[in-house]
Amino acid sequence: MTTVAERADERIAGVGLLRRLLIRPELGAVVGMIVVFAFFASQSEVFRSPAGIANWLDPAATLGIMAVAIALLMIGGEFDLSAGVLTGTTGLILVTLATQYGLNVWTAMLVALAVALAIGFFNGMVVTRTKLPSFIVTLGTFLMLQGANLGVTKALTGTVQVSGLRRAEGFEGARTIFAGTIEIAGTSFRVAILWWLLVTAVATWVLMRSRAGNWIFAVGGNEQAARAVGVPAARTKIALFMTTAFAAWLVGSILALRYTSVQANIGIGQEFIYIIAAVIGGCLLTGGYGSAIGASIGAVIFGMADKGIVFLGWDADWFKFFLGAMLLLATLANRLVRRYAEEVKH
Amino acid sequence: MILETRDIGKTFGSVLALRGVSMGVEEGKVTCVLGDNGAGKSTLIKILAGVHQHDAGAFLVDGAEVRFGSPRDALDRGIATVYQDLAMIPLMSVWRNFFLGSEPRKGLAFDVATARKVAREELRAMGIDIRDVDQPVGTLSGGERQSVAIARAVHFGARVLILDEPTSALGVKQAGVVLRYIARARDRGLGVVFITHNPHHAYPVGDRFLLLNRGTSLGEYGKADISREELTALMAGGAELEELEHELRRE
Repeated sequence: MTTVAERADERIAGVGLLRRLLIRPELGAVVGMIVVFAFFASQSEVFRSPAGIANWLDPAATLGIMAVAIALLMIGGEFDLSAGVLTGTTGLILVTLATQYGLNVWTAMLVALAVALAIGFFNGMVVTRTKLPSFIVTLGTFLMLQGANLGVTKALTGTVQVSGLRRAEGFEGARTIFAGTIEIAGTSFRVAILWWLLVTAVATWVLMRSRAGNWIFAVGGNEQAARAVGVPAARTKIALFMTTAFAAWLVGSILALRYTSVQANIGIGQEFIYIIAAVIGGCLLTGGYGSAIGASIGAVIFGMADKGIVFLGWDADWFKFFLGAMLLLATLANRLVRRYAEEVKH
Repeated sequence: MILETRDIGKTFGSVLALRGVSMGVEEGKVTCVLGDNGAGKSTLIKILAGVHQHDAGAFLVDGAEVRFGSPRDALDRGIATVYQDLAMIPLMSVWRNFFLGSEPRKGLAFDVATARKVAREELRAMGIDIRDVDQPVGTLSGGERQSVAIARAVHFGARVLILDEPTSALGVKQAGVVLRYIARARDRGLGVVFITHNPHHAYPVGDRFLLLNRGTSLGEYGKADISREELTALMAGGAELEELEHELRRE
């Protein structure tokens, strides 16, 4: 990473490429991804075929968009437990407005976005103003949204789902952009994969190459120190909560446009999966350290395991077992890697 | 006089944290603030740094009365503070810490190449020998960390540098290193406010000495007006020490 022209200090002569790689937060996840891929690819021919890859990249994409946003938030030192159920809220708003109130799909999406950003803003304001742990604050928002999703849906439709988005005005255009497919070498891939790559690229750029990225690491690493040198800590955190809400809107819209209907209980339980993917990707639970690419790789591991277990004909129940094992291994690996890297640097 | 307080005071609820303290900071001079724990040193520097607002007396910068709303206001007036414990973010690299809050920009982006280069050059100019600006600050020693923070403040055009107990957690050799950077910052024309409870650290670099005890001032002395022994005695609360000695004497 250092410029070539710089004369190297004799005391860092021992820090080679290997060690430079080792201090990257996503290293553990990369190793995990290679192992998991090698395992499933050797067992299942479908898994390593282009169609198979398109198949397991799809769940990785929708999970990855959320995991990247949650990773940024976690690097900034906060959690958002309402992120999963918010994907349901945005989807429900979109479908309800477009089917029950006859709004154009695009208009409905804009309204859903505004609501999502408002909820993200609310989470951020409460956390930064009250200094309460975001775990509790967003647990509150999570439960409120969960109740509202069911309550409003039941009141409007008498059932626990809204459907019929296909007949709404503007549906085809929105579907092409958010839930369509693209052909690459004869295999059709979900367009969500492109959104995911875009989100990962933008998040990585922001983290590594923008002032906001420096502030995110700082508020998560030591908020008081950051504030003392003039970092707008509250604004940074509120922006992170709103980013998470934006990602939830994107995923909620993708899923609603794909299935044309939304169950009122969708997204519940996903919030922990996002956090797990971010942690597998190298995020510390205590904040201040992590990577967006890592979170995306964490999501890929999930996608591979999710579909790979099905390809092998195993009982899908084993997926949860696998999840837990991956999480534990990743956390241990991250700790070892970080210790080793820091030790070497002395 | 760059910075001056006149009978400044601060209360927190029913606690009188600071009462009637007057001090001054001049260009190229070191003002030491000495006092035991609970003497009001922290409250005083937090007022100077814009963290707290005083509620009695006057606070003047360049002869004009001011009231800072935030640390940013103080920074904008060239008053930089290096805190003992929260000077740096351990998991971030030296260059990221160096430019935190004042990142150089190239278009929309954080100009990372410039940041690395300038951080390395500035540290070298202060005579600070850091192995690698990419290493996390957490891997630096306490003295190195303080020194990086001082170099940062100097680079960002600080006119007044407030150092909160920079030597208190350090060994003898490390403390010497930090004192040397204080002298270097002074020689570059900065006014330095050096907070410490160790008169042996204060006396060699100090030009003026403000002594605090239980929230009030025991007086501000020029170096000519006070000897190291007098300073030590005042600092320890001479009478109290004698009493303690008496008390501890073997029966």
